[in-house]
Amino acid sequence: MSVTTAPMPLLKITDLNAWYGESHVLHGIDLELGEGQLITLLGRNGSGRTTTLRAIMGMVDRRTGSISIRGEEFISKPAHRIAPLGRIGYCPEERGIFASLNVEENLLLPPTVGKDGMSLDEIYEMFPNLKEVRKRMGTLLSGGEQQMLAIARILRTGARLLLLDEITEGLAPVIVKALGDALSRLKKSGYTIILVEQNFRFAAPRADRHYVIEHGKVVDRIEADEVDAKMDRLNHYLSV
Amino acid sequence: MLNLILAQAMLGLNNGVFYAMLSLGLAVIFGLLNVVNFAHGALYMTGAFLALILYSYLGVWIGIEDLHINFWAALIIVPILIGALGILIERTMLRWLYNFDPIYSLLLTFGITLVLQGLFVNFFSASGTPYPGQPESLRGVVDLGFMIFPKYRLFAIGFSIVICLAVWFIIERTRIGAMLRAGTENPDLVKAFGINVPLMVTLTFGFGTGLAGLAGVLAAPIYSVGPLMGADLIIIIFAVVVIGGMGSIMGAVVSGFALGLVEGLTKVFYAPAANTVIFFLMVVVLLVRPAGLFGRQS
Repeated sequence: MSVTTAPMPLLKITDLNAWYGESHVLHGIDLELGEGQLITLLGRNGSGRTTTLRAIMGMVDRRTGSISIRGEEFISKPAHRIAPLGRIGYCPEERGIFASLNVEENLLLPPTVGKDGMSLDEIYEMFPNLKEVRKRMGTLLSGGEQQMLAIARILRTGARLLLLDEITEGLAPVIVKALGDALSRLKKSGYTIILVEQNFRFAAPRADRHYVIEHGKVVDRIEADEVDAKMDRLNHYLSV
Repeated sequence: MLNLILAQAMLGLNNGVFYAMLSLGLAVIFGLLNVVNFAHGALYMTGAFLALILYSYLGVWIGIEDLHINFWAALIIVPILIGALGILIERTMLRWLYNFDPIYSLLLTFGITLVLQGLFVNFFSASGTPYPGQPESLRGVVDLGFMIFPKYRLFAIGFSIVICLAVWFIIERTRIGAMLRAGTENPDLVKAFGINVPLMVTLTFGFGTGLAGLAGVLAAPIYSVGPLMGADLIIIIFAVVVIGGMGSIMGAVVSGFALGLVEGLTKVFYAPAANTVIFFLMVVVLLVRPAGLFGRQS
């Protein structure tokens, strides 16, 4: 059984172009994913993977094309309407932990976007470290704690589509493993996830499909069961 | 001697009331909007005039001679009106300048200052008019032991301390305040979480200017109400904000009251320096801690 053939994808992006000021960064991204799927965006630094997520969230200066979520068009919606209407949770590359807010304030900041978000208790159960530091200011956390907080923060809102940008970057192997376990749990409980990831070995076992992005375009699309056969090509894409 | 020091300290604290309330509003606005609101002094002046108009002129203008809207009502109505004026300014003018260098919004608000001052000079006299609406219950004096102090001024000190603490509490301890602090740090991400940042910006500007209006009402019974009362104050307020740390709420409040005190005490020891001591301190602070006493050093 595969969800790939579901009649309507949860997210379908067609010919997405995006600009920062005058500079044209995305040149027609096409991708889609079904409910409960996990896809990765692979590519070198500066290829446009982070911008793809930012464009979905409306965090670019201009965007054209089509972003359809559950059949609804999002391309011209204002940034602050996107997360609630699309039930999206966004975890930025730089983690975006607010320095002037303590851990619990950071956790409670994003407004609810759906009804079955995790409770604080469930979050502390998933990330026990956060409970111990919950009154500490955001910037006094370790990198791993900040990353957990950045993910926990969007799980509380009831978001069902998660955009996760480089969540393993710069973290110790033991933390990366904990994040991997958390990710597997999330996938099992039906979350739909887009993962921008440098660490292919972290991403591969959990992904349904990989998109390779170069110069603001999707240059290849590789299904999970084709990975072994296409390993040479993947290595070529990802080699620096 | 001790009595003299205490007496000047009280008078200094009384000026500190206005330093603190005005720099508080400026700090709130600067924090979220990154706008140096030069019009803050003019809005404070407009607030004082509105209190005067509500008490002395409105009745005459609309033909009900006996209508005197009193101080307590003004304390509620005027901040709302000035806040609404602030919202109008933000929505129709300031909004278009966020993508440009901050100098543009400074120039715009400077222009608004000149317009407001010009209007009041034109319709009222350039010299001050006393506000006759000081409430009966706050007339008279209190014997503090070391000095006889006007009841109203004691009220002004207490009232503004309560307001400053309340604003501090809202910003540092509530969910709305957390949104504001987060918006100050990273507005794009706050927007991506689904919070309506443009609306928050508008309301914050309205709130900050409302505080200036409130300070204006509070000032009306103490100083005479004149078109230039804000211009005299705004330069000192900028110095207070710089000393406290741009955008720091606690810094604005504490340095507002503290500098009022320092100014008062300077009068005891070397009166001619009283008007410059704040600027002297500003220079020292800028040299030693460029981000201000309470500002985040980067």
